[in-house]
Amino acid sequence: MITRAPSVRAKSQEPAWKRWLPNFGIAAIVVFCLAPFYWMLVTAFRRPSDQYDLHLMPRVWSVDNFLAVFAPGTGFGFALLNSLIVAGVTTILTLIVGISAAYALARLHFRGKTLVLALIIACSMFPGISLVVPLLKLFTDIGWINTYQAMITPTLSFALPLAVWNLTAFFRQMPVELEQAAMIDGCTPGQAFRKVILPLAAPGVFTTAILTFIMAWNEFIIALSMVNKKEMQTVTVAISKFTGSQGFEQPFGTQMAAGVVVTIPLVIAVLIFQRRIVAGLTAGGVK
Amino acid sequence: MTTTDTVAHPADDLKQAHKTRKAGKRRKGRNAATKRLAGVLVSPTLLVLGLVVLYPLLSTLRQSFYTEGETLDADGFVIKGEQFVGLANYADAIVGAGAGRFWNAMFNTTFFTVTTVILETVLGMAMALVMHRAFRGRGLVRASVLVPWAIPTAVSGLLWRWIFAPDGVANGLLGQQVLWSTDGPQAQLAVIIAEVWKTAPFVGLLTLAGLQMIPQELYEAAKVDGATAWRRFWSITLPLVKPALLVAVLFRLLDALRMFDLPFVLIGQQKYSVETLSMLAWQEATNVNYGPAAAYATIMFGYVALVALAFVKLLGADIIGEAHTRRRGKRKARSKSGKAVMA
Repeated sequence: MITRAPSVRAKSQEPAWKRWLPNFGIAAIVVFCLAPFYWMLVTAFRRPSDQYDLHLMPRVWSVDNFLAVFAPGTGFGFALLNSLIVAGVTTILTLIVGISAAYALARLHFRGKTLVLALIIACSMFPGISLVVPLLKLFTDIGWINTYQAMITPTLSFALPLAVWNLTAFFRQMPVELEQAAMIDGCTPGQAFRKVILPLAAPGVFTTAILTFIMAWNEFIIALSMVNKKEMQTVTVAISKFTGSQGFEQPFGTQMAAGVVVTIPLVIAVLIFQRRIVAGLTAGGVK
Repeated sequence: MTTTDTVAHPADDLKQAHKTRKAGKRRKGRNAATKRLAGVLVSPTLLVLGLVVLYPLLSTLRQSFYTEGETLDADGFVIKGEQFVGLANYADAIVGAGAGRFWNAMFNTTFFTVTTVILETVLGMAMALVMHRAFRGRGLVRASVLVPWAIPTAVSGLLWRWIFAPDGVANGLLGQQVLWSTDGPQAQLAVIIAEVWKTAPFVGLLTLAGLQMIPQELYEAAKVDGATAWRRFWSITLPLVKPALLVAVLFRLLDALRMFDLPFVLIGQQKYSVETLSMLAWQEATNVNYGPAAAYATIMFGYVALVALAFVKLLGADIIGEAHTRRRGKRKARSKSGKAVMA
């Protein structure tokens, strides 16, 4: 406390503008991050006829744009369902396969561990296009185009490494003593993992699930390449091809409404789980 | 060379530490069981990755030496058939018919990567410094920083297309009539702005995590010694945050190199000024020109691998090693910061 005292006094002597500087900085960051998102929201709630109105608030609030998004024929409901299936199945598969590997990499000591870890993380760095080119040909040959598995399988290629990497970081943060105690009590390493570690690792697993789901939900190039039927498109692809019902000009209002529908679940998840997500992002040091 | 040496040493130390620990385990006679368990636990992941990553990569490599027989018969049907053409696809790309488009895509990819990553790093660092000093509104700022990250790139492409529309808000604010989405430097600028908006906050978050590891005492000691704020930044903050920053920058670099969604949605396909290598390869693949597409994809892959390797070797971005130190984090917390100072 004695060492702290001078710095506190120095702070109170600082001129007012200097004390307010961090607050201005915070405001600038918040505006920088949220302004474009806010613009999407505002545009979505304008009447379609007010589309090019540049006021900060809609003059007349309207949900016409949202109705247009779900109008029959747009296939947007299907697209949401497809995204949910693809991202959901990818997340579940990733966790089933990834948890055990992450545990081994975090806890067991075996030869070539660093190499395995390096290989796994290297997999996530490969450009998506070098997977899409051969898989497009392969899936065309075996009739997988316009199927869920054609989107899920390649998505695993980046979801699995990042999940393993993240989970490894989480398992490492748990005290080794837990398993040691379990093993002293007669558990095998496998039992110690199942009965002691896994229940306690639930928050980390949950965080990884959120991150994986968001990544799979946002995936674009694979879903774009593997599907050419409207009913099988995921939302990210559907939204990029959205022409809406007006047809004659760019229906930006409808597109923004569609964007809001796609983004809002993610933004809500982010708001609720922000601490977890930040912990997950920084623990693995990954996107 | 000296840089590579200093990088190599910690890794050797780790290996040494591994060996001694392993020897200890062996004495306990657990080794075989552990090995078997590790094999059982890790193999599903390796199997899946082999199928969805290794196989396609090898397949791309093979494909790049072949060409599809693309002769059309009288009814306009494509006659399929592969022919081995050796390096012809590569030659076409680098010096032949496709050279103009390829080198343009190569330039665009590199240009976007360099500009966006530099801007993101500077902005992200600034954001992290501000967030680190914030007393009020931490939750708010953390939530808002996550918003650009969470928005799908395709949606953000659409959003920025609307902002940069001829009658959009960007022109409204500037009082100009810039046609952002037409081919040209303004389209490149639009892509750069949209990309930096989406990813700078992410760099900021990772850097902030690094900043929070720096012990406050260092700053207080430096203040007592009369170091200016600028000096404290250069001599304490930057060196100590470097490991976290390097990892963030590496991830951003690799991500920027494969840029596809954003120019695709924001500007469009086959726009010369924003066509990246990924877009070019994708274009060829969807036109069933698998041979050239595979050649582009392979070049792309080589480029990414080279950049990653160079980054890790030259700057010592410590992805795997950091995980090692973290595992022993509790015991080594002090020596870790000490090591970072030396580095």
